[in-house]
Amino acid sequence: MKRLLFALFCLLSLTARASEPVATTADATESENFNPGEMILHHIGDSHEWHWFSTDNDHYTTYLPIIAFRPGQGVAVFSSRHLAEGEVHEGLKLEHEHLVSTDGAKVYDFSITKNVATLMIASALLLVVFMTVARGYAKRGTAAPRGVQSFFEPIIVFIRDEVAKKSIGPKYERYLPYLLTVFFFIWFSNLLGLLPGSSNLTGNISVTMTLAVITLLITLFSSNKNYWAHIFATPGVPKLLLPIMIPVELIGIVVKPFSLMVRLFANITAGHIVTLSFISLIFIFRNVGVAPVSLAFGLFINMLELLVAILQAYIFTLLTAMYIGGAVEDHHDADYQMGGGDGATPAQVH
Amino acid sequence: MPPLVTPELGLIFWQVVIFLIVLLLLRSFAWKPILSSLKERESSIEGALRMADQAKLEMQQLQAGNEKLLAEARMERDRILKEATAMSNQFIEQAKTKATEEGGRMIEQAREAIRNEKNAALAEVKNTAAQLSIDIAERILRRELTDQPAQQQLVDSYLKEVKLN
Repeated sequence: MKRLLFALFCLLSLTARASEPVATTADATESENFNPGEMILHHIGDSHEWHWFSTDNDHYTTYLPIIAFRPGQGVAVFSSRHLAEGEVHEGLKLEHEHLVSTDGAKVYDFSITKNVATLMIASALLLVVFMTVARGYAKRGTAAPRGVQSFFEPIIVFIRDEVAKKSIGPKYERYLPYLLTVFFFIWFSNLLGLLPGSSNLTGNISVTMTLAVITLLITLFSSNKNYWAHIFATPGVPKLLLPIMIPVELIGIVVKPFSLMVRLFANITAGHIVTLSFISLIFIFRNVGVAPVSLAFGLFINMLELLVAILQAYIFTLLTAMYIGGAVEDHHDADYQMGGGDGATPAQVH
Repeated sequence: MPPLVTPELGLIFWQVVIFLIVLLLLRSFAWKPILSSLKERESSIEGALRMADQAKLEMQQLQAGNEKLLAEARMERDRILKEATAMSNQFIEQAKTKATEEGGRMIEQAREAIRNEKNAALAEVKNTAAQLSIDIAERILRRELTDQPAQQQLVDSYLKEVKLN
């Protein structure tokens, strides 16, 4: 099947090549204008306006509020309509979606960008959905779940039993609200990002960085002395090796959330880039014949992204739970007697 | 740094603020009631299952008790029946023996009476016979002198007269 599709793809690209000279002469200016890399980066990046689509004459855009803080000048709030097409307003302008001051002063940009708006939508959705679910429990008590409640209950139970309980151990209940929130936040945001015209929230490094830092802070604040003992005096490691081991372990503290940040960002962004690349093929080849192939591949990637959406949410949550679990774990000295000196494998817990 | 991997302050700010608000709201208004309801339901299901198990066990014990009781009752019945049979047999035996004894005693009495009667009768017969013999002897003695054949005839006639009543 794959081979067949590939053959079809080659065939179609050949016809596209064949028709290229004609096309270039027909609309040479337009072909020069289309830059897939720029288009894709624009689509997956953040923006101060919500651009839905454009026709030949009009742009259909929702202008979002600009909130700019300049030290000494205070906060400026106005619609991003005033900054459209490179206009200057209150001494501010947009340079490649970057808010700058015309006089070169420092600007802190707290605008409600497309991503912030999506963040608000996702948060509102989370609140509405899970308060509805909670109301279901309040109404039906211990009776069997119904409706949206019965859809989310197995997932909540899965996160509680398979992720929190198994990775954290007996103290899991304290961390369950964070784990559930982060799981559903990432999942909902991922799904929202797949909608046409929506923004790439979880594929934004700022968002994943914030989540990863929150995980890091929770891990550090809930760590017990065994966790630090493991870092500064890794059991079973000869004293001579400790000068090497301590920096490695310290880097490990930061690398763990860093990997969380990059994994989620890269997975979601990559999905968006691949989908957009397939769509771009139509415009690169300037041939309608490519459209079915682009469509088929785009559809396939989109289906894959639906899976990735929940998978990445699960992985983020699971790893967060494991990091917290490592920090709150109770080690027993006896375990190290028989356990290996391998710092990466956690000691056995009885 | 390319813009794609450059964190933006504004977005981080909003993400922190909004995410923490969502976290706090969901924690108190969603996760807490949901998780406590789930726990409650699980414990109630567990309790119900345990109760069912206990009821089953009690039922089995009850059944076993019933069977034991029934077996005991059956044994008791058998014992009573046996005792009753034995007693009735004994009664019959006793009655039989008694009846036999009584019969024997009565027969003995009857025999005694018969014997006494017989003895009495014999005595009387003897007396009568003696009397008679004396009478006859007397008469014979009285007529002996006249004639022998007449004597004989007289004895015979006397003897004919005698009625052993």
